[in-house]
Amino acid sequence: MKKEPFSEMYVNGKVRKAYAVLSEWYNTCDPDELTQKQKEAETLFRRIGITFAVYGQGQDAERLIPFDMMPRVFLESEWRLLERGVKQRARALNTFLWDVYNRREILRAGIIPKHLVLQNEAYEPAVVGIEPARNVYSHIVGVDIVRTGLKDFYVLEDNCRTPSGVSYMLENREIMMRMWPDLFKQTRIQPVEDYARLLRHTLESVAPAKCEGEPTLAVLTPGAFNSAYYEHSFLADQMSVELVEGQDLFVDGDFVYMRTTRGPRRVDVIYRRIDDAFLDPLCFKPESMLGVPGLMNVYRSGGVQICSAPGAGVADDKAIYTYVPEMIRFYLGEEPILKNVDTWRCSESDDLAYVLEHLPELVVKEVHGSGGYGMLVGPASTKKQIADYAERIKQNPGNYIAQPTLALSTSPTFVEQQLAPRHVDLRPYCLVGDKIELCPGGLTRVALTEGSLVVNSSQGGGVKDTWVLAD
Amino acid sequence: MLLSIDHQTSYRYEHPQRRIVQSFRMTPAECESQQVMGWSVEVEGACFGASFTDGGGDLVQTMTLSGPASTIDVKITGTVRTFDTAGVLKGHQELNDPGLYLRETSLTRVDDAIRELAAETACEGALDTAHAFTNLVAERIVYSPGSTAHGHTAIDTLQAGQGVCQDQSHLLIALARSAGIPARYVTGYLLTDAEGKYHEASHAWTELFVDGLGWVGLDPTNRCCPDERYVRLGSGLDAQEAAPIRGVSFGHGTEIMDVAVTVMQMAQQ
Repeated sequence: MKKEPFSEMYVNGKVRKAYAVLSEWYNTCDPDELTQKQKEAETLFRRIGITFAVYGQGQDAERLIPFDMMPRVFLESEWRLLERGVKQRARALNTFLWDVYNRREILRAGIIPKHLVLQNEAYEPAVVGIEPARNVYSHIVGVDIVRTGLKDFYVLEDNCRTPSGVSYMLENREIMMRMWPDLFKQTRIQPVEDYARLLRHTLESVAPAKCEGEPTLAVLTPGAFNSAYYEHSFLADQMSVELVEGQDLFVDGDFVYMRTTRGPRRVDVIYRRIDDAFLDPLCFKPESMLGVPGLMNVYRSGGVQICSAPGAGVADDKAIYTYVPEMIRFYLGEEPILKNVDTWRCSESDDLAYVLEHLPELVVKEVHGSGGYGMLVGPASTKKQIADYAERIKQNPGNYIAQPTLALSTSPTFVEQQLAPRHVDLRPYCLVGDKIELCPGGLTRVALTEGSLVVNSSQGGGVKDTWVLAD
Repeated sequence: MLLSIDHQTSYRYEHPQRRIVQSFRMTPAECESQQVMGWSVEVEGACFGASFTDGGGDLVQTMTLSGPASTIDVKITGTVRTFDTAGVLKGHQELNDPGLYLRETSLTRVDDAIRELAAETACEGALDTAHAFTNLVAERIVYSPGSTAHGHTAIDTLQAGQGVCQDQSHLLIALARSAGIPARYVTGYLLTDAEGKYHEASHAWTELFVDGLGWVGLDPTNRCCPDERYVRLGSGLDAQEAAPIRGVSFGHGTEIMDVAVTVMQMAQQ
């Protein structure tokens, strides 16, 4: 348990190759100047307006996520391993989605218990038998990864619906290049600026069969009050496509149209950033004001592609997560490249007994929770917190899963005018369309509090630029 | 039996509406108990499109109407030849796994009272259990038109002790699912004679999945299995999902809906 976490910068007191350039550069910098630059960077972020709404806090809900100037670095050889692993996962998850809405082979084979899929809240009966373009359901897969050793990478969770945070990946890089142009001249850092072009290409490649000519895309947002609205408008802008809300779209006959100043224009592919339940009041929540009446019928009859496809969420459910390695073997006939974290399901009595006995060393999460809310980090909790949490688990065991506390790797972080190791995770963004592409970079989140393992921005985490360096 | 169906749904709006969008699940699928001889769905001035067959085997169509419109009339006329299959649904094409119909919906939620009732009524086999549940609902829930409100759940119905076919079906579904038997809501038409107990030509009942037999229709309102007097229109997890018409209109004011359904037996030829 008390094993030293893997340091990404130092091995046996020596700087690793990945961080050599960065370390050299840092040694030539004046700490006062760095502090000054850090302030400048924050001002830039504020000027762009990139903020993040923190749930569960009364006031000051929109705030800036702290940005750390020290990049997190991977060597190209390390990245290649990650890339293969993430792509493999994205392929398996998409095959799983096609399967559970069509032939259900994995259920017939008894590899995943039927009820976990068919009675899963995220399983969408309305799309059974519907085949989306290229049989792709999750077009943007965000895989949350932590590192525990030189070659040890674990997947914490998959995000198959609408993973957010990619605007940070792009903005962090942009700010870094503005602050330290010289640093980018002397190192071969793989570019991430291509992401918007790749995303656009991916979306265009899944235009429905009924689309003739160049497909028209739109980004569908719930509106300005949404915490990720900045990202929605940013991505629409970067792809040069329209940003629309439900009321801007309407269904007529076989297709969906958007209102424009030059009259109605047919939309072929919708990159939606709203949940399934709010897409269409004729199919889901009848009282939803955000949705487009009839949209699901157009989708189901092949008149429009919705990305991610409605019902894609069943692949990233925490109860399904434990079966992803089996999925990879079943569908692809390959061994998983990235590891899954051992998971105890409190719905099972043996697992529950184990979890209740080992709470001080476990991380416990709510099955449907996200963003680090409502979780228990055993080693960082008091006896009272653990006892209270045990009561919550006993009230509703099926709502909880538990995992061992992983020793997350550390990356040097600029705190109080010097570098200190802080725990980090990584979310790369995998695009799935006619090809599977992984942008060489991602969102690195860092736990700014010493020793903390919770990197969520809602819990005081920060972000870093993520570099992939030529070896 | 050869049945002719005439089903008219009219919507009157207080103020003209800018646009109306509706999703129809109003075309019967063929199976051994019914052969569709002719069927038409018409709405004057409307544009029909975006149609497909859903996982339950029902044809779904989309109707859009650009306003201003202060009325719409949905006219359905059809002729169906029916056969008695002792309530068993045979030859019906569908993709859904029966296990899907164990999902709980807000209208069919199970509480302790329903769970206990199901446990004490359940028999050895699924078919006996299905009939026992049907009789239980018929006994416990008095059929009384006007006693119910939109959004009544199975829990509400058991507490009230009365309801209409929709409420009785929701309770039967909740009982069945709580006993691990897949169950679904079915909409359709029923031929009722003048002396018949109920005069509802537009009807709803339930299907339960029995291993070895498949889907079996059960009508708790009439305490029987559907026979040749029944025409099956569509199905879903509950009344909302199986609704023949789901719609949204854009505009102000209230909406009044009026439904007239007649089912008549035609001379056999």
